Amino acid sequence: MAKSIDVSDLNIYYGDFLAVEGVTLTIPAKSVTALIGPSGCGKSTFLRSLNRMHEVIPGARVEGKVVIDGQDIYGSDIDPVQVRRQIGMVFQRPNPFPTMSIYDNVIAGQRLNAKKMKKSDADDVVERSLRSANLWEEVKQRLNRPGASLSGGQQQRLCIARAIAVEPQVLLMDEPASALDPISTSAIEDLIHELKADYTIVIVTHNMQQAARVSEDTGFFNLAGAGLPGRLVEFNSTKKIFSTPDEPSTEAYISGRFG
Amino acid sequence: MSATATARRPKQRKGDLIFSGTTRLAAILILVALAGVAIFLTVEGIPALDAPPNKLGGAESLAGFVWPLLFGTLLAAVIALVIATPFSLGVALMISHYAPRRLAQPVGYLIDLLAAVPSVVYGLWGIAFLGPELVPVYRWLEQNLGFIPFFAGPASGTGRTILTAGVVLAIMALPIITAITREIFTQTPKLQEEAALALGATRWEMVKMAVLPYARSGIVSAVMLGLGRALGETMAVAMVLSATSGVTTFNLISQLNPSTIAANIANGFPEATGLGVNALIASGLVLFVITFAVNFAARAIVARSERRLQG
Ligand SMILES: Nc1ncnc2c1ncn2[C@@H]1O[C@H](COP(=O)(O)OP(=O)(O)OP(=O)(O)O)[C@@H](O)[C@H]1O
Ligand SMILES: [Mg+2]
Repeated sequence: MAKSIDVSDLNIYYGDFLAVEGVTLTIPAKSVTALIGPSGCGKSTFLRSLNRMHEVIPGARVEGKVVIDGQDIYGSDIDPVQVRRQIGMVFQRPNPFPTMSIYDNVIAGQRLNAKKMKKSDADDVVERSLRSANLWEEVKQRLNRPGASLSGGQQQRLCIARAIAVEPQVLLMDEPASALDPISTSAIEDLIHELKADYTIVIVTHNMQQAARVSEDTGFFNLAGAGLPGRLVEFNSTKKIFSTPDEPSTEAYISGRFG
Repeated sequence: MSATATARRPKQRKGDLIFSGTTRLAAILILVALAGVAIFLTVEGIPALDAPPNKLGGAESLAGFVWPLLFGTLLAAVIALVIATPFSLGVALMISHYAPRRLAQPVGYLIDLLAAVPSVVYGLWGIAFLGPELVPVYRWLEQNLGFIPFFAGPASGTGRTILTAGVVLAIMALPIITAITREIFTQTPKLQEEAALALGATRWEMVKMAVLPYARSGIVSAVMLGLGRALGETMAVAMVLSATSGVTTFNLISQLNPSTIAANIANGFPEATGLGVNALIASGLVLFVITFAVNFAARAIVARSERRLQG
């Protein structure tokens, strides 16, 4: 189920503006890979190019290859809708469908995939996903309440449940805990720990400690200068990045952040 | 605590005072005007309760006079909305989510322009062009779908039927509904749309999951505004519809059509005398009340769906 991701020579554009240049890396399966770097260096842009969400912005496009499971997701015969069905995404701000019930939110992806589903199967998927997202106990009494009725942290875990309900190969998370309090944040980090047994996880974070806590590998993105595209400066095991990074700029960024 | 609070009442600034004064005055003026209209319609309408049949277009009582008109008004408005709503939503969605911006903008512009066309022009177009063009359609409907009471026929030879009037009203309601719903569709939070797309929704599935639920209450208000336009429209209906007084029928394509309240007032007022004037005013009061009721109903629906949204 979990798959590694091979990215080679990826250039990412917004119209004529080259936002991210020449990214080549391999994201291993069934592990957590963190992406760090200063604001505006293209972490979100890169992450969104991994499930073809980048191109939903008018004028946005990509050059290069992203190979998942032996298949270039930018191949000419590949339907982006199919790609997105196999790669889950969790956004920075929780975005459950506000009018849908908690139950329907979790099952939304399944409904897209397989139109008809037995009620008992659907119940199972909902319970399993909510349990995996550590939300089941809090909401099992009120599955019919709207998604918007939950707290921010609960909404984010609901979004995670929604993403994993379809058992994707890869789970992309863009600062999933940046809008949350420390308790919800630690709940989500615990969750990421559990999920990596089954999923390939890529997480963008501004929180160094978080990157150090949850990830096996870390990629450091940086801007070569104002107005220049963002680049992947260093990709190494998280241990190495946080102790003896190869690049001086990685060292500078990390030590700067730790003060 | 409270002592200091009262002692140090926030100082009112002059600008604030003037502004709140004028807005309050404006609000009161509107209420006074509305009340004035209501009182006038009621006072002038009541004498019509005693009007003889010859002042009521042959009807035995005021209710018998107003009912067919009310029926025609509602029927024409419902036809208009049944046609206009899906069209408007489709066009609005096309502009907001499907068409490339190069195409969407001019189309949006054209639709807005439809709203600026005076209703006499629609009336002329309906009577001189649309009606005759629809005659063969009505014949076809009568022959093939005649078993449905709506199309029982015999088909009108001029095309000046309640269905034609409904179509004209639909075109007049279209720009209102389209403009409002388009505005709401484009305001759908990006985050919601991306939530659907990231799950692997196609464009249409994204619209169903994110855009339509977000826009629901707005769609209701837009349709109600369109309904308001259709209920009150006078000139176009007065010109297009060839009406017979006292008729109530669901047969949409025949020569025998009910009139609408507004059109009947426009057609009848110049020749009305004595209690006949009062009868027309009484029918106007009914239209006034119905329009209010529709607006209140719309507000109630919107408020309820918003409450559900907040859970
Ligand atoms: N929709 C867009 N249209 C045009 N340019 C964009 C768009 N989104 C991002 N960019 C540009 O792409 C570059 C990378 O932005 P991105 O959002 O990927 O940065 P980031 O590393 O995620 O930053 P942050 O840490 O602040 O989230 C920036 O220069 C940004 O201005
Ligand atoms: Mg970002």
